[in-house]
Amino acid sequence: MEKKLFVSSSPHITDRESVAKIMFTVIAALVPAGIGGVYFFGPKALWVILVSVLASVATEAVIQILMKKPVTVGDGSAILTGILLAFTISVQVPLWIPAVGAFFAIAVGKQVFGGLGFNPMNPALLGRAFLLASWPDYMIRFDLARPRGGHLAGIPINIDGITEATPLNVFRQLRDIYSNTTEFTGVQPDVHQQIDTLTSSYTSIKNLFIGDVGGCIGETSALLLLAGAAFLMYKRYIGWKIPFGYIGTVALLSWIFGGKTDLFSGNILFFVFSGGLILGAFYMATDMVTSPVTFRGRILFGIGCGVITVLIRQVGGYPEGVCYSILLMNLTVPLLDRWNRPKVFGKVKK
Amino acid sequence: MGFLTKRSFSGGIHPPSSKNATKNSAIITCPLPSTVVIPVSQHIGAPSKPIVEVGAAVKTGDLLTEPGGFISVPVHASISGTVKAIEPRPHPLGNDVLSIVIESDEKDEWNSSIGPQKDYLQLDKQEKIRRIRDAGIAGMGGATFPTHVKLSPPGDKPIDTFLLNGAECEPYLTSDHRLMLEQPKKIILGMQIIVSILGAQNAGIGVENNKPDAIKVLRKTIADLGLPYKVYSLPVKYPQGAEKQLIVAVTKRAVPAGGLPMDVGCVVQNVGTAMAVYEAVAEKKPLVERVVTVTGKGVKNPQNVLARIGTPYSALLEFCGGLEDNVGKIIMGGPMMGLAQASLEIPVIKGTSGLLILDEKFSKKPQEITCISCARCVDVCPMKLVPTILAKKVKYNIFDSLEKDNVLDCIECGSCAYVCPSQINLVHYIKYGKHQVMKARKKAG
Repeated sequence: MEKKLFVSSSPHITDRESVAKIMFTVIAALVPAGIGGVYFFGPKALWVILVSVLASVATEAVIQILMKKPVTVGDGSAILTGILLAFTISVQVPLWIPAVGAFFAIAVGKQVFGGLGFNPMNPALLGRAFLLASWPDYMIRFDLARPRGGHLAGIPINIDGITEATPLNVFRQLRDIYSNTTEFTGVQPDVHQQIDTLTSSYTSIKNLFIGDVGGCIGETSALLLLAGAAFLMYKRYIGWKIPFGYIGTVALLSWIFGGKTDLFSGNILFFVFSGGLILGAFYMATDMVTSPVTFRGRILFGIGCGVITVLIRQVGGYPEGVCYSILLMNLTVPLLDRWNRPKVFGKVKK
Repeated sequence: MGFLTKRSFSGGIHPPSSKNATKNSAIITCPLPSTVVIPVSQHIGAPSKPIVEVGAAVKTGDLLTEPGGFISVPVHASISGTVKAIEPRPHPLGNDVLSIVIESDEKDEWNSSIGPQKDYLQLDKQEKIRRIRDAGIAGMGGATFPTHVKLSPPGDKPIDTFLLNGAECEPYLTSDHRLMLEQPKKIILGMQIIVSILGAQNAGIGVENNKPDAIKVLRKTIADLGLPYKVYSLPVKYPQGAEKQLIVAVTKRAVPAGGLPMDVGCVVQNVGTAMAVYEAVAEKKPLVERVVTVTGKGVKNPQNVLARIGTPYSALLEFCGGLEDNVGKIIMGGPMMGLAQASLEIPVIKGTSGLLILDEKFSKKPQEITCISCARCVDVCPMKLVPTILAKKVKYNIFDSLEKDNVLDCIECGSCAYVCPSQINLVHYIKYGKHQVMKARKKAG
């Protein structure tokens, strides 16, 4: 026969999904939050994002060329890592910070392990953790991070001695002052009221939701992040198990432990919309490579992230714990998948 | 049976049905080919043994072989003429298989014992089963398991439910659909024979609800014949027609892992098989022809063709207007579970439900890249396996724990590979893994 036929194993059709399509769709879903970041924090935010993306892509390409591997920057995963890293740092950093962070994220977080699909931890978060450990002075500066509004952290409160301007920072400092008032009489008599304003007032929650507060470039606007996440859920690129497990756990535990001193008095909305939780829960914890593949594994993964986040936020040394909680839970993924294999069809309990 | 929950199964996918090209075209009979090639093995089980010699004159329906064991069925001459050769020939499964080649005398004289039988329903059970075996019937949905074996469950497995499989969930294929529309009476009467053999109290037909015309015709036929069978309209989801998925959708009974339908009191047969059973028992007609859907972008006139067993693809395709220039792949069966064919000289066999001709664009498989653990394969697996882990183990030659991972429960439906964004051919790896497990089992004794 003159014509050669293709012969291969079944199935012979696919749904035409590809890794690149998934990555670029996630990138598209992050565009609103990116625009929001530039709007809230000024044009420098755009530079931070661009430097981070370029450094990520360049690092990946150079390493792959040096290792004589096919260059796969076209799959969009390095771009996504760059964007996510930029979203988790303050607009006040010098521009070499995102460059170094992106290099670390791609080189040590991803390529060392063999590239896409083999990295045990989320590269963007690993890059951020590296920056936070190496240059904490740059990484926790948010005092100018919100040039537009009038009030500290976008929250209508004004207390002497509070320097760091993210809502979670303000909360931790206010609560420290509050719990110390019994020992130091006469200190800040209106702290009690200020905490309530911060965590429960309409203005405060509204600013948190739309993102008009101090924080990292892409993490502040719950509204824009949720819009992108809804799109991704509709496209079925992210599922409900990890984000809902994560946020649900944070909500529950924050309600229990997030009050001033009493249990069961925390304001859920404040803790859900503060910090990097929405970004982390919908875009970082759901990273396919570093999250479980099993049904129960994904739920437990989300719950684990939530527990560690609240632990760090309420009693740890940092005001925010999303980054470390996800990185720590990333390391449990192989075990979670091993322990939570689905029961095969027709398997009867013995 | 639950009435509140939807009749379905967990997992599964929704590929485009692609059935429009042939679903409205009536079955037409393919002209007799000048030569037929009849492999001695067209079923799962021991190959049958030739009882004719080269040079013998045969009539249509004459026995050519005898079964090679209990799980085996004979094959018959599908045209009248002369046995030209008995030699290995290319087989749809990819290897060369001993085949009986008959050159047509163009008369198509049938074996004289074939014809309507009186009071066939009153025959005893063993005689009915014998006729089914002697007619060479093997499951016509594609799996080709000898039908008489399925209808002879051991005494400790009472069967209370018989299901006829008219789901036809494979994209492109319409042969069962057309058969249900055009031969409903034979199908239902065949069903009646099977039910009488099994002594099943419940009997029903499962049809995907994208074939409302077939559902209507079957219901009417059943009512006209005054029989108590039910027709179940099932949601469209692949692989609805897989045996275990059909059973759980209709009866809510889950066939135990590693078990068979009879473990939950069920037997399933394909609608085409039911018609063949009717013809075998009521007409003593052996299985010498079947409906084949010839379809796909690569063939000029897609249609449903009644073709004699042993018709080479070349003759069948010529009847359908020939191939387009850009043919890339020829598949026996549907696109999800069908087998890619290497030559046009391969013949139609008892399990050939379709011949799908894909054009070049759809034939090449994209380069496989690394797994990104997206879990889509886990979500769609109707057997609740973790395909990505199975495939990774096979890729790195880790076979010892595969059996514990239930690799043998894989039904090879292809849902995992269909949704894989990294284009990993998971089924390919898993099939290989199953093979290794079976090899190790054999070695261990």
